[in-house]
Amino acid sequence: MEAAIVLLIVASVAGLYMAWAIGANDVANAMGTSVGSGALTLKQAVLVAAIFEFAGAVIAGSSVTKTVRKGIIDPSVFESTPEILVFGMIAALLAAAVWLSVATRFGWPVSTTHSIVGAIVGFAVVAAGASSVEWSKVGKIVASWVTSPLIAGTTAFVSFTFLRKYVIAVKDPLKRTKAVAPFLVFGTTVIISLVTLWKGLKHLKLDFGPWQTAAIAVGFSALAAFVSMIFIRRIPDEPIEGEEDFRYKRVEKVFAILQIYTACAVAFAHGSNDVANSIGPMAAAVTTIREGAIVAKSPVPLWMLLAGGTGIVIGLGTYGYRVMETVGTKITHLTPSRGYTAEFAAAATIVVASRFGLPISTTHTLVGAVLGVGLARGLAATNMGMVGQIAISWVVTLPAGAGLAIFFFYVLKAIFGG
Amino acid sequence: MKSLAALFGRSPFDPLQKHMEKVCECAAEVPALFDALVANDAEGLRACRNKISALESEADAVKNDLRSHLPKRLFMPVDRRDLLEILDLQDTIADVAEDIGDLLVERDWIVPADMVEPLKEFVQSAVKATLAAREVMRSLDELVEVGFAGPEADAVEKQIDEVNRLEDASDHLEVALTRSLFQHEDTMSPVAVILWMRIFEWIGDLADFPKKVCNRLRLLIAH
Repeated sequence: MEAAIVLLIVASVAGLYMAWAIGANDVANAMGTSVGSGALTLKQAVLVAAIFEFAGAVIAGSSVTKTVRKGIIDPSVFESTPEILVFGMIAALLAAAVWLSVATRFGWPVSTTHSIVGAIVGFAVVAAGASSVEWSKVGKIVASWVTSPLIAGTTAFVSFTFLRKYVIAVKDPLKRTKAVAPFLVFGTTVIISLVTLWKGLKHLKLDFGPWQTAAIAVGFSALAAFVSMIFIRRIPDEPIEGEEDFRYKRVEKVFAILQIYTACAVAFAHGSNDVANSIGPMAAAVTTIREGAIVAKSPVPLWMLLAGGTGIVIGLGTYGYRVMETVGTKITHLTPSRGYTAEFAAAATIVVASRFGLPISTTHTLVGAVLGVGLARGLAATNMGMVGQIAISWVVTLPAGAGLAIFFFYVLKAIFGG
Repeated sequence: MKSLAALFGRSPFDPLQKHMEKVCECAAEVPALFDALVANDAEGLRACRNKISALESEADAVKNDLRSHLPKRLFMPVDRRDLLEILDLQDTIADVAEDIGDLLVERDWIVPADMVEPLKEFVQSAVKATLAAREVMRSLDELVEVGFAGPEADAVEKQIDEVNRLEDASDHLEVALTRSLFQHEDTMSPVAVILWMRIFEWIGDLADFPKKVCNRLRLLIAH
């Protein structure tokens, strides 16, 4: 029993460590674009991220959690040796978190999602053989690393081309932007809230019918659009001071308001998607310890999502803001109209992927979205050389996560016996 | 995490604009060269030439910095070669301004009285074209914003037309000035005539290269 309590603590600490690492690294990428374009100050970005990451994790986090926990490996393999699964999940969390910490130190662009998937696969292969891994599921996840940036990139490309042609490069861009902006807010919010309501709220014991769902989403989005209108009206029609050097200043001010909405959306989507990376393995470990056996089906308890969300917020507050500052100061050429497009595309992709239970990488989705804007001739300069480097980091992260997980697995097994 | 930030390359348009500003500072000093020449102020002439040389070096520094930050893997809304071409054309303006300064300083010139006014007018006109091209380059931010298309691009095209018109006007002044030079053909040494012709040509370049810069820029808008 004593060992079980120690393991319970170790599992919780490992889960929180992973959540912390996500908050410290990943959130900065999700919010960095808003800081870079000047739509949000660093302080505002941290606040928005904290609120919406937490909300996303708690309200919509359950769907993906199940996939990471049960989808990649078949837990029934460990029926006779439940402690092995516990060791494995803790090892996976430690491996992913350590790998993230190392990568951050050296500035390597790695994904939290990739790390945890690699780690779980690594443990499963040594503990129960390659046959215990649901390779088709892993294949699906790997495929989503290609498809999700592709979808986000295409969405960003199309959105930006449309925006540029019909909103920005027109005779009176300010008037047009002001007129279109509330509709863009409406559309963005409809997508996010529809998908969230569709499946995300089940564990909150809120079950809406399709018509109710639609009505709530539309009503909520209309409210968001209305609020945006209040802010948009404040932007003067007359030229403002300092506009001589850039005539589109007021147009970009409108987009800055839109970008605040998408920043919230990205944070929400990120929270809902990435909380699974820490909570999934933690839930598997904790449930198994408590029940003393492998439980085939168990809901993700709300307190775990709360813990994961809290961990992310702590990571954000203790270290993430610094990374965010670095990212923000490096991308000064991103204007709010571009930032808005990239964030919209990323948020939509992440939320839809989460809905289908696919753990995709927020970082790489955003990378895809930024490239989409760049290819639509929206950015002054896009560094295509980075694409290769990112691809390498995709490949390296899997074996690195796997190797570390194997190491931690044997260490845990040696300490707690097997 | 550097990944996202590293995707954003440094904008080539800022240094390109900065380069044009420096180049125009060079060109804007050229009328002062001729004022000093006409006033027989050797001291002032030399000081002015040195100022142009210093500005030209500053422009060169910006140019080299931009060149070294244009890796082939950088994706830009405009063609990399067009950008480098514009940079080279701008650079020529500064070089020409420096060449004019050097030639005026290193030789003893006698300006025939009837050439003074047409000469000053020609120089002013050429520099005016340079400065008009600077205005065009200052619109680059707006062009990037709209993706080099739409009404904003049309407005820049009009500015470019204006630069072409100014170059044309300075051409006419050059012809008139050459004609008055030929009036002195018999009294002036053949070397002086040839060198005057060269000076005129260079002044003409001060209008001609801005025109080329602008017409290159027009190509960016066209597609």
